[in-house]
Amino acid sequence: MGHAVDAHRLHFAFTVTFHYIFPQLTMGLALLLVYLKTKALRTGDEHYNRAARFWAKIFGINFAMGVVTGIPMEFQFGTNWAEFSKSAGGVIGQTLAMEGVFSFFLESSFLGLFLFGEKKLGRIGHWISAFLVWLGSWLSGYFIVATDAWMQHPVAYRVGANGQIELASFWGLLLNKWALWQYAHTMLGAAQTGCFVMAAVGAFYLLTHRDEAYGRTFVKGGVLVGIVAAVLQLFPTGDMQGKLIATHQPVTLAAMEGLFESRDGAPLAILGQPDVEHRKLDNPLEIPRMLSFLTYQKWKANIKGLNDFPEDLWPDRIEMVYYSYHIMVGLGTIFIAVMALAALQLWRGKLFESRWMLWLLMLSVPLPYIANTAGWITAEVGRQPWLIYGLMRTVHGSSPRVSAGNVWFTLLGFMGMYSVLAILWLFLTWREIELGPEHTGHLPEPASNAGDDQEPKLGAEVRNRS
Amino acid sequence: MGTLWFCLVALMIVIYVLLDGFDLGAGAIHLFVAKTDEERRQVLASIGPVWDGNEVWILAAGGTLYFAFPALYASGFSGFYLPLMIVLWLLILRGTSIEFRNHIHSPVWDPLWDFLFCSSSLLLCVFFGAALGNVVRGVPLDASGYFFEPLWTNFQLGDELGILDWYSILVGVLALAALVVHGALWVTLKTTGTVRDRSLRLASQCWWVVLLLTLVVTFLTFRVQPAIAGQFRKASWGAIFPLLAIAGLLGVRWAIARADELKSFFASAIYLAGMLFSVVFGLFPMVLPARNPAYSLTIENSQAASYGLKVGAIWWILGIILATGYFAYVYKSFTGKVIVGKHSDD
Repeated sequence: MGHAVDAHRLHFAFTVTFHYIFPQLTMGLALLLVYLKTKALRTGDEHYNRAARFWAKIFGINFAMGVVTGIPMEFQFGTNWAEFSKSAGGVIGQTLAMEGVFSFFLESSFLGLFLFGEKKLGRIGHWISAFLVWLGSWLSGYFIVATDAWMQHPVAYRVGANGQIELASFWGLLLNKWALWQYAHTMLGAAQTGCFVMAAVGAFYLLTHRDEAYGRTFVKGGVLVGIVAAVLQLFPTGDMQGKLIATHQPVTLAAMEGLFESRDGAPLAILGQPDVEHRKLDNPLEIPRMLSFLTYQKWKANIKGLNDFPEDLWPDRIEMVYYSYHIMVGLGTIFIAVMALAALQLWRGKLFESRWMLWLLMLSVPLPYIANTAGWITAEVGRQPWLIYGLMRTVHGSSPRVSAGNVWFTLLGFMGMYSVLAILWLFLTWREIELGPEHTGHLPEPASNAGDDQEPKLGAEVRNRS
Repeated sequence: MGTLWFCLVALMIVIYVLLDGFDLGAGAIHLFVAKTDEERRQVLASIGPVWDGNEVWILAAGGTLYFAFPALYASGFSGFYLPLMIVLWLLILRGTSIEFRNHIHSPVWDPLWDFLFCSSSLLLCVFFGAALGNVVRGVPLDASGYFFEPLWTNFQLGDELGILDWYSILVGVLALAALVVHGALWVTLKTTGTVRDRSLRLASQCWWVVLLLTLVVTFLTFRVQPAIAGQFRKASWGAIFPLLAIAGLLGVRWAIARADELKSFFASAIYLAGMLFSVVFGLFPMVLPARNPAYSLTIENSQAASYGLKVGAIWWILGIILATGYFAYVYKSFTGKVIVGKHSDD
């Protein structure tokens, strides 16, 4: 059984990690598309419409990748985690079904209109469709985070006579305070991915002296939204998330910090390698008393270490929790620094000429992906050994009849298929960046010819390519 | 309350089949009705703006099934582990084929994606049909409420069941034929010229296959799953569903003969809906029949607690009204025949 559970865990971990590469960008870009369309609407400058059209193409590729890699996630609750689904489906099925009914229909309908209907919809109509795509994707994020938040911090449930977990309060589930903070934190992370990608493409254009007007728009948009998101990521959302963990998952907090001994005035470890076997942190570089202060605003507050919890409540991969948390926080701090520097240069009017800053922005592009992934690993591995915190252990949640061999078969299948997809995705995204915003490509050019009395139907424009 | 959700989930699945059915069918005939690049872009353009939204229905139906019948979701999805994973791979291949194809124009790029799009669509039709065949035939559930079926064993309906046996394969072939007709009629409706003519001819020819297989499979189904006949005897008003299917099937012939594109497509939709509702009605109140009837999953023993079902009904109705609105708007925006421009370099 334990054998198969590990395979099921790896299966979900691999597919969800790959999946989340795409939504974090599309949720971030959706926001920036609204920004560009708003600029276009307010200034009446066609430049911003062309900029939006360029990003819509990159959005389209990533959205398709997100959709096709997202479908397996919903299926896996049933295929791989049947015992969990049977017990808790009446609760988390609510949020998952609401995602389908409220977000996916909205998102897919208006994305079709946004991508293919610019001419028909007019300026305001097209702005509205961009806005609804943003709304759909951010709603989708909420339902998924609310689902995860319930697993992190189960509320609004009761255990029925047959041992099934039943929903007790609809609004309790939707307004779980864990969900609210986790959502804000997650979406800011997605916004940062969008901002860093947009700024990096802009920096690339400026550094290579091509499409410089667009380069400036992209860098400026990415930095302006990015600095706000980077700061809010740390405070208040990251801070509140940490406090929730300290209150409700204290053993996870100890694992994240690599704190073995309970102590008053616990230090914050900046660097160091946890040695779980000997229960200590090697080569620690610490800020004295900082952890106590950050958690309780008291320099001398007591923080419980791992030693004071029974080992069967420890997350089963302490090192992974520790490193992923530190990577997330470290990168988050770097993002604030990079964005603040860029914003300062922008304010001084020197950003577009300051080559070192543009280089820095361009090279930073993989970092938000790493930070977002590390954040999710912290949350999900930190939740172990629980599948539903305090209610159901992970070992009890998987499908009883699905053997490890079958799981490995499909896991390897996904690995192979996703490797090919990853190559194609990089290739096509790079190609769009290389072709640049002036390339009208396969999406319709909205400026219609005056003499064109017979306006082609919308579907016709779909496949117009160069 | 459970019965209401049974009907709603069935309705969502039927809507999924009617909508994604035509774009799956269009994919399955892609290589056969469209030969040149321009013709192929016509087929793709006919489903371009809508296929993704159509596919959302399976996600929404899956989610609804999940919260309304968690025990069914757990048992069915883990029992059909392998075929569902294959369906996922095919859906991934198909979605990326449609999306990736139009980014590059090259003699080594387009045909590859055309082939993958067509073959994955075709296999999906067969697999969905085979899945339905499995549900109708019943699965080897035991007292634990779980089962696991390998992909195939000896292709017999004996003790060692596989997903693919002669019955489920036959249902798969019927599903393919029916969706080919459905998809071909959609392409006929949306295109002009050679593609339209080929599609109409294909639908017309394939109709005979559907007729033949419908008769054969219906006859066999009453033998494979005796509960269905019992249900129709018990509540004879249910005969309306098979009658609907027959009317739809004959309607397709009638409309094809008069070259009425719109009516033939809707008649095909009526046929599909009639067939699916017949099955749903025949199995009621079972949601997943077991080979040993004592272990069948029913509405009663697989539904979620009543509070969740009640609040679910409120938001579900609200959400579906909104979704219907979006769909009406999108389809209205994309009405009429598609016109595919030549490549802009000419």
